[in-house]
Amino acid sequence: MSADRHYPLLLTLLAAATLALFLLSLTVGPAGIAFADSMKALFSDKADGVALIMREIRLPRAILGGMIGATLGLSGAALQGYLRNPLAEPGLLGISASASLGAVLAIYTGLSAAFALALPLAALTGAVAAVLVVQALAGQRGGALIVILAGIAVTSFAGAMTSLALNLSPNPFAALEIMFWMLGSLTDRSMVHVWLSAPFMLVGWLMLGSLGRALDALTLGSETAASMGIELRKVQFLAVFGTAASVGAATAVAGAIGFVGLVVPHILRPLVGARPSRLLPASALGGACVVLTADILVRIIAPERDLKLGVLTAIVGAPFFLWLVFRTRRSLL
Amino acid sequence: MMILRTALSCFVAAVLGMAAALPTFAAEPTPRRIVSMNVCTDQLAMLIAGAGQLHSVSALAGDPRASAMADEARAFAVNHALAEEIFLMEPDLILAGTFSARATVGLLRRLGFRVEEFAPARSFADVRDNIRRIGALLHRQERAAELVAQLDDGLARLRAGAPSGRTIALYEPNSYTAGAGTLANDIFTAAGLVNIAERLGVTGSTRLPLEQLIMAKPDLIGRSSSDYGAPALAQENLVHPAFRALSRQDAIDLPVAKMICGAPFTLDAAFMLQDAAAKQERR
Repeated sequence: MSADRHYPLLLTLLAAATLALFLLSLTVGPAGIAFADSMKALFSDKADGVALIMREIRLPRAILGGMIGATLGLSGAALQGYLRNPLAEPGLLGISASASLGAVLAIYTGLSAAFALALPLAALTGAVAAVLVVQALAGQRGGALIVILAGIAVTSFAGAMTSLALNLSPNPFAALEIMFWMLGSLTDRSMVHVWLSAPFMLVGWLMLGSLGRALDALTLGSETAASMGIELRKVQFLAVFGTAASVGAATAVAGAIGFVGLVVPHILRPLVGARPSRLLPASALGGACVVLTADILVRIIAPERDLKLGVLTAIVGAPFFLWLVFRTRRSLL
Repeated sequence: MMILRTALSCFVAAVLGMAAALPTFAAEPTPRRIVSMNVCTDQLAMLIAGAGQLHSVSALAGDPRASAMADEARAFAVNHALAEEIFLMEPDLILAGTFSARATVGLLRRLGFRVEEFAPARSFADVRDNIRRIGALLHRQERAAELVAQLDDGLARLRAGAPSGRTIALYEPNSYTAGAGTLANDIFTAAGLVNIAERLGVTGSTRLPLEQLIMAKPDLIGRSSSDYGAPALAQENLVHPAFRALSRQDAIDLPVAKMICGAPFTLDAAFMLQDAAAKQERR
């Protein structure tokens, strides 16, 4: 099988692309610092303006771009394998929107200012609630249609509640921030956000990463998988909480970024020989590439306008989603 | 002779025409029940109106974060710039901003009210014009002239101190700054300062990315942010570690309420900045 031989090569290429995009992300910005200067400033112990920009503005942005992308790619691949549904994705299932709602409640009530961890924890809670609701509505044998309908319901409800919470805030700026929570952005995120979200994302990655063998077995059906010694309850726990922890933390600091988890696994699946266990790491790297690219583009296309990341991912993702619906409509009908 | 008579008849016609026009002008009665629905016209109306002339000001006029005359505003009825509410107040003159809701202004005009719109002041010259215009509308030209004299006197005193030439950047929530063609820019110039944003070619109010602010190294940073008692992401840029490192010594909390609208009190902001620049020079 050619996919077997090509797999290590594919991972190496994706890792190299992620690294290259990470470095590129560090060199893009309105200050216009030369590449050599920026790299020097990153590692010198001087405290001038360039060093400040590199360490406190660009580095956290690049780290978060890579980590959030990896989270979305990985969780998309894991959810598609676990729910055996080609349309599963944190954005479409309402997980991102619900995590946003949790984060919004924590931030705008002032809870996160009093207790910093409240932010990722509230987002995680929102995300868990969304996965459980969608799963309960769809049931174990829920078809693609039911899962997507449940996801739409959860997404619009969470979106409406987010909007309500922001409108009720006495701070006039809050109402304008609905855009951030629905489309996502990495503008001026700081190291504080990295320290707050990275541990949750790492724990989520470990949980989702450990699902490889179980997801391979699940491709044969849940009965067969159970007969192969896969504990379905444990798989469910890892899939739900792994997604919630990583997507919750990602959304808490950058808002909901759509379509990455949908598009990336679909593009990479044929390249890894359609084995979920192999798709997981490839998707994580692919997701990192996509979000880093999108974040570089928002800074190049209209640097002064503060474009939202979700705008770019939707420009690519929405037509892809339509094509996917078109292709799978026979099974939907 | 012929020419003279023609000229004479023209003169007579002109005088008659003026006389015909005059009664309508004189008949324009002094407004007795004025409603203002914009925070800037609110404050100018409070400064200019005679006793009992002004009936209602907008809710923002009573908010000390947006209005320099929040205490004075308590003496008037409050409106929320809604057509229905203003209709019931039966005003004979409505003062609105050009940024007031278009639908509301249009509806009030259709209902037969006289609505006068004011563009936000972008310079002290605009402030002068707005004061005079409200003075004329309210038949309070003398009071308006007094306020204009106050304004000109203050500007002259500011000019008496030699311009320090120190640089300043305005930094607001969401990383907004003000460049050329803004009231803030005129305030900075009056205080003898050089606005970094204007030097960077910024016109109007627009985003100044934190990176550019750091590279521009202004002598002073004018922080323009109010505490609303509830957090918003918009204000996170003001606590960003990079901003805090930059602004440790040289940040000034600007009197936001005095800078939103142009009036004689706006000069206080300029005096405060002039002092701050002088202090920094001595350091």
